[in-house]
Amino acid sequence: MNAAPDVPAADAKDERLEPRLQGALREMLTSNWLVTVAALLLALVVSAVLIAAADEDVHTTAGYLFARPADFLSAVWDSVWGAYVALFQGAIVDPTAATFTKAIRPLTETMTWSVPLILAGLGLSVGFRAGLFNIGAQGQIILGAIFGGYIGFAFGLPPVLHLLLAIIAAALGGAIWAGIAGFLKARTGANEVIVTIMLNNIAVYLVAYLLTLTAFKRPGSNNPQSPAIEGTAVYPQLLGDGFRLHAGFLLAILATVFVWWLMDRSTLGFQFRAVGANPSAARTAGININRIYLLVMLTSGALAGLAGSAQVLGTEKVLTAGVAASFGFDAITVALLGRSKPLGTFLAGLLFGALRAGGFAMQARTGTPIDIVLVVQSLVVLFIAAPPLVRAVFRLPSPGRRKQVSPTPAPVTKEAAA
Amino acid sequence: MKLELRGITKRFGTLVANDHIDLVVEPGEIHALLGENGAGKSTLMNVLYGFYDPDEGEILVDDQPVEFAGPGDAMAAGIGMVHQHFMLVPVFTVAENVVLGYEPTKSAGLIDLPEARRRVKEISDRFGFDVDPDAMVEDLPVGAQQRVEIIKALSRDAKVLILDEPTAVLTPQETDELIAIMRQLKAAGTSIVFITHKLREVRAVADRITVIRRGKVVGSADPQSAETELASLMVGRSVSLGVDRAPAQPGEVALQVRDLSVLDDAGVRQVDAISFDVARGEIVAIAGVQGNGQTELTEVILGLQPALAGSVRLDGKELLGRSVKQVLTAGVGFVPEDRTEDGIVAEFSVAENLILDLYDTPAFAKGISLDPAKVRANAEQRTVEFDVRTPSIEAPAGTLSGGNQQKVVLAREMSRPLRLLIASQPTRGLDVGSIEFVHKRIVAERDSGTPVIIVSTELDEVLDLADRIVVMYRGRIVGTVPGGTDRDVLGLMMAGVPQEEAVKQAASHHTVLGEADIVAEKESE
Amino acid sequence: MSAVTAPAPAAPARPAAQPLPPISYKGPIAYVVIALLALIAFGIVPASGKKTGFTVSTATDFFQIDRFDVPSKSTAIVLCLIALALGGLSAWYARNRRKAGVWLPAVYAVALVLALLVWAVAGKSSPLPLTGLLQGALFLAVPLVFGSLAGVLCERSGIINIAIEGQLLAGAFLAAVVATLTQSAYLGLLAAPIAGALVSALLVAFAVKYVVDQIIVGVVLNVLVVGVTSYLFSTVLKVNASTLNTPPRLPTLPIPVLSEIPVLGPVLFRQTALVYIMYVVVIVLQILLFRSKWGLRLRAVGEHPKAADTVGIKVNRTRIRNTLLGGAVAGLGGAFFTVANGLAFNKEMTAGKGYIALAAMILGRWSPKGALAAALLFGFADSLQQAFGIIGTSIPSQLMLMLPYLVTIFAVAGLVGKVRAPASEGIAYVK
Repeated sequence: MNAAPDVPAADAKDERLEPRLQGALREMLTSNWLVTVAALLLALVVSAVLIAAADEDVHTTAGYLFARPADFLSAVWDSVWGAYVALFQGAIVDPTAATFTKAIRPLTETMTWSVPLILAGLGLSVGFRAGLFNIGAQGQIILGAIFGGYIGFAFGLPPVLHLLLAIIAAALGGAIWAGIAGFLKARTGANEVIVTIMLNNIAVYLVAYLLTLTAFKRPGSNNPQSPAIEGTAVYPQLLGDGFRLHAGFLLAILATVFVWWLMDRSTLGFQFRAVGANPSAARTAGININRIYLLVMLTSGALAGLAGSAQVLGTEKVLTAGVAASFGFDAITVALLGRSKPLGTFLAGLLFGALRAGGFAMQARTGTPIDIVLVVQSLVVLFIAAPPLVRAVFRLPSPGRRKQVSPTPAPVTKEAAA
Repeated sequence: MKLELRGITKRFGTLVANDHIDLVVEPGEIHALLGENGAGKSTLMNVLYGFYDPDEGEILVDDQPVEFAGPGDAMAAGIGMVHQHFMLVPVFTVAENVVLGYEPTKSAGLIDLPEARRRVKEISDRFGFDVDPDAMVEDLPVGAQQRVEIIKALSRDAKVLILDEPTAVLTPQETDELIAIMRQLKAAGTSIVFITHKLREVRAVADRITVIRRGKVVGSADPQSAETELASLMVGRSVSLGVDRAPAQPGEVALQVRDLSVLDDAGVRQVDAISFDVARGEIVAIAGVQGNGQTELTEVILGLQPALAGSVRLDGKELLGRSVKQVLTAGVGFVPEDRTEDGIVAEFSVAENLILDLYDTPAFAKGISLDPAKVRANAEQRTVEFDVRTPSIEAPAGTLSGGNQQKVVLAREMSRPLRLLIASQPTRGLDVGSIEFVHKRIVAERDSGTPVIIVSTELDEVLDLADRIVVMYRGRIVGTVPGGTDRDVLGLMMAGVPQEEAVKQAASHHTVLGEADIVAEKESE
Repeated sequence: MSAVTAPAPAAPARPAAQPLPPISYKGPIAYVVIALLALIAFGIVPASGKKTGFTVSTATDFFQIDRFDVPSKSTAIVLCLIALALGGLSAWYARNRRKAGVWLPAVYAVALVLALLVWAVAGKSSPLPLTGLLQGALFLAVPLVFGSLAGVLCERSGIINIAIEGQLLAGAFLAAVVATLTQSAYLGLLAAPIAGALVSALLVAFAVKYVVDQIIVGVVLNVLVVGVTSYLFSTVLKVNASTLNTPPRLPTLPIPVLSEIPVLGPVLFRQTALVYIMYVVVIVLQILLFRSKWGLRLRAVGEHPKAADTVGIKVNRTRIRNTLLGGAVAGLGGAFFTVANGLAFNKEMTAGKGYIALAAMILGRWSPKGALAAALLFGFADSLQQAFGIIGTSIPSQLMLMLPYLVTIFAVAGLVGKVRAPASEGIAYVK
């Protein structure tokens, strides 16, 4: 951080008191929530351009745009509106569905998709707040799935114990994988961005390799997949067999609370945050930076490993090469949208889970490829990261001190940052 | 070249750093700009130099208004600046740094290195600098780096040379040399604007003095003005120069340093087999020019760096080889040299900074769980006790002024029982009020029986605070002298001259600043 | 002038009989241990009596060298012994506090790699085409070289560029589309840098104007580019494959005479225009970066932006320009994936090469020639993996595929020494 001139200590009392209502309105207009919503809107609008641009009807009507502009406009509208309606119906509620259960199914799909996103996002948020760019969620999810899955299908154990052991194993797998990067960073100063990305690729090949070994192969199947997870090791369904929602969602909630406590109430989290904000000052205050780097990565990886458990023991109930899907990178966007705070990450996980659930429905119904969801996701994150941009587009006021007329300007110390 | 500033105003947000400032620098004049830290002197010079755009006001060169779009324009107009914190790229050579922005080129934009070297040599020889154009700047000692800065400014035919706190890194003898250079330049027609917060220098060097306080010009003075008069102009109230302190009553020896040596990454001994003691209830100041091993000494005691050899015993227990946490827990309080980098976490609140090395003690945590109520209570108490001005204890510490940040660091370190206090450059960059406060608290800590080590490059501070002075040069102790030792003797020792020789030399030849000391003493009688 | 203030750069003269810092034997020990392991695995364990075949010639060489076979076990043993000896030599260097030249690790690596080759191809009927291996190494290194050069340009001026992956992908996409539309591979080559520069424009907009963390912007931009290109691929390109996504191939342009030298000729001088451009870019950047006015200012902005500002250099403008240039270079590298091979664009076809390019930049110490060497190293690992796949070695394919990434980790973990990034990279410059 370059040294900006220090702002003097403000006077305790504000000179002018605004009427309450105006103050509240101003609060709302400058709040981060509004910026988040605005960013989402902006992202949807920009993505709409892509949706329209790829639509057949739009192409045809564009050909005679000037003769009959109304056709073009309605084609654009149809394509975009159709896509977004399908998105909504796939993500929240489907009013056109026959039964009540079918109508609320989308919501449960959203929740199911959000579980690995929340868990992995929490893991990454811990890393980000400690100043470590853990891009390796994909690999850590895979390793978690491998460890958890193996316990799940290779052993027969009593019900609750089996699931618990599998979950712990998954956390362990993810922790170890991330721990490699943490260890290298602590010992050699290796750039964790590159190491975690490399470990992602290695993990992908590792799981493919393991699935060729007899220990991991499902007998009698030509597809590379593991034996089915034992019934004693799967997450129980929360709403019965009609829905995919499983107890992993409860784990996600627990994890959110845990991460909040860890980062904001525990001495360990204090150290994590100090190292993330200013490693030199943390060192001078006696914090062991290298130990913290390792612990951060272990924690981060463990949470991502739990996301792997949600996949292999909850949704898929089998270990395959594609077990991590694209959750790895999605989790990064979740953590960023949630500004690396626990509650924000939870909500962001739900939002992106909704986008994914809705995206599949949108792809099925309107033929819009699911890749557009990636576009929306990354645009939202970019806009969120640049509040001034969003504010400029929507002409929202910026927060911060109203002009104060201080009676005596305090001395300014300009620490020149050479 | 006559330089005039009329009505210059510069704001940063709601803060008015320069408030309708008028200043005239006549050709061939050494004009001092005097003000305490934070008064706005550097900002004003950055406006003059084209680094900042003024919000109001104008600059006139030879009575013609000019506008500088950037430092390039100012340099082209003949204004050169030697910055307080050197603007040198450490991994470039001297020649590369000097020609940066003004490079001599051959075809295809390739730099003409021989020509660059020639430029450096020419100026270097003119003033007898003896600087190697191909040396890497980061390998040079601080004094040499300053000379490179000067060469850089002069290499563009500066007609007005601005020197920003140039003596911060110099011994009194080196200051004499700098003054000689300034007089040489003045004789050749170059004007000099000399920014400083040190009274003594100003009276010895300047032709005219302009005093700035809180962004405004509060007066003009000539060098004959009394020190106390200048001081009150500078600070706005009567100031007692020097610290009121009772003579020390040292107890038994608490800290014993024996044969301590520290190596840096290049295998050079930054600390070379030094030994000294600190007793309870005394302040020992480690004096020396920046870069002679003092920083490494403090870091080794704290445990941030490993020692090559030797021992450091506090109350009989060995500190070397222990982790930083263990040293802090053993009762060592540490105020680091660079508070923004090593002292506080800017994003953390004031309350969190106050427990930065105490978060896991029973006072604030039950096992692994922090107690926010206790943290808050502690913050409320300490901010009052140490007069920390902050809008709230939850405000990010980065928004506090330098003086208040330093008070936070002090409050934190002094809020536990200490067996040893180490304070490195405790008042660097602080305004007079904060300096007074910090000095008072350090003396109070001493009086409560704690052994105190101060590391300072400011001779004024050393002379004000120290009961004993240990002078370091190139990693070795040149000598240990009592607190009131003559400034000139200290200055020579800081340059490596052994004590007896220094006393002899100082007696026969006073530096400008040493003379100023004598005059000031006479005045106060 | 005065002796008092004589500048004394570097270490002051040390009086005699002072203890020197302890010697670290970590490096030599690593050399020796790895050589021993290789000796056991490649030399001692395998059965004897097998032979390994190598070929080095191609059809159009000046003169032909016949295929030669070597006894696998003994050759491997000899090579490992050479490596062991070099390990011992490095210990001797360390003991005498002298630095071994770059030749030592280079020869060591060559010996061990040859031992690996001899072992892996032992007893197989088809020979290992050495020239083909090297050709493949250079070829596969092309996007890595461009990517790492882009990284050097951006990071040396202070902007961390994680978005190389996205720039490569965008370049591949636009090159394919333009080349198909115009049915000219060269026009595709011309269009590729534009796509890369566009991605860079987003990077600087967010990094410089809105001061967003540069690593985050880079990662998110990669996702965005994947999303946009995949989307367009699944919609517009799929439907209109013949008009938009069947690019012609860049023709190979053998340089007369030079390309007929055995071994070196086919590798270096029988390539496409893209590769020749690569040679030029590497040389030009290496010279300009370290010896020209532009390069000096660029580096100053990345090391100490405030110092540059005080001499009148426009910091952010320099950063923006050079990041755009870097993006263009990376975009050009992206053309490799489509136009250089005549391949249609496919989803996520850069497959992580952008990140390996980053590693090459770090390994190459942020200099163009270092980046080139590192990229060639990674290219060689990749080429090796492919060659093994064709010949059919006993190593499972997935483990071979891991090879380049493992090499990258070892490289970045500083097993090749400490690295020092440009001092101000990643820190936005705000006055």
